[in-house]
Amino acid sequence: MSVLRERVTWVWIGLMVLTCVTTWGLSKNLFGPAVAVVGNFLIAAVKVRYVMLDFMELRQAPLPVRVAFEAWPAVVAAVILGFWFATPAFS
Amino acid sequence: MDGVWVFIGADSVIFAILFLSFMKDRLHNPAMFEASRHTLNMNLGGIDTLILLTSSWSVALAIQALKRDLIDRVPRYLLGGVLTGLMFVVSKSIEYFQKFAHGIMPGTDAFYMWYFTLTGIHLAHVLVGTSLLTFLWIRSRRGAWSSSRRVVPECVASFWHLVDLLWIVLFPLLYLMRAV
Repeated sequence: MSVLRERVTWVWIGLMVLTCVTTWGLSKNLFGPAVAVVGNFLIAAVKVRYVMLDFMELRQAPLPVRVAFEAWPAVVAAVILGFWFATPAFS
Repeated sequence: MDGVWVFIGADSVIFAILFLSFMKDRLHNPAMFEASRHTLNMNLGGIDTLILLTSSWSVALAIQALKRDLIDRVPRYLLGGVLTGLMFVVSKSIEYFQKFAHGIMPGTDAFYMWYFTLTGIHLAHVLVGTSLLTFLWIRSRRGAWSSSRRVVPECVASFWHLVDLLWIVLFPLLYLMRAV
């Protein structure tokens, strides 16, 4: 078992890169707030999905279970972004 | 194994409701939430995320090794999970002490009430998870787990990945969400 040949290793590398992109890239003032916030939460939803599918091994789960769990990041991101856009600007 | 998935599902729904409640409170006072958010250490939050992702990866490798009966590799991967779990606890403690040193408490304002509540509940999950991983690691050194005896390690691993994915949402919610 070579660690580099494991799918979870490549998923982990991808998740680490995405974290660096959101923390030290998107969140700086190079982008407008809407781009940064939408980007951050879409990337967070993608990261959660891969943690579920590859670390939690839901890829092999029965379809209804997989659908129920995969809906969670989509619903959470949609609700958070919905509230964010509904929040009035204060400046 | 079904029980742990019911627990993970229920815990995820509870956290989703907490996220929604946070956003509802933020709706009424975005200026205060934004001002308080600026006082958080974004770099430390990002490093916390990298620590938990690495921890999850290490535990996932332990389960892969277990499935292939590579028993000698399991303790080292589990130890990796334990040590990174402890690193997260230390990092979060430093962050809390920094806040307390500046006189910031849960009662400071609504944002900090949410910050301490959400990160506190999550930290409790980390402490439980790290304890369970320590138990798995000690037993794995005695060869307690194998491909045919892996239900307990798989349940603990799934819980640990839940701890990771909750932080993946908590981090941008508290640290990165800029206001318009």
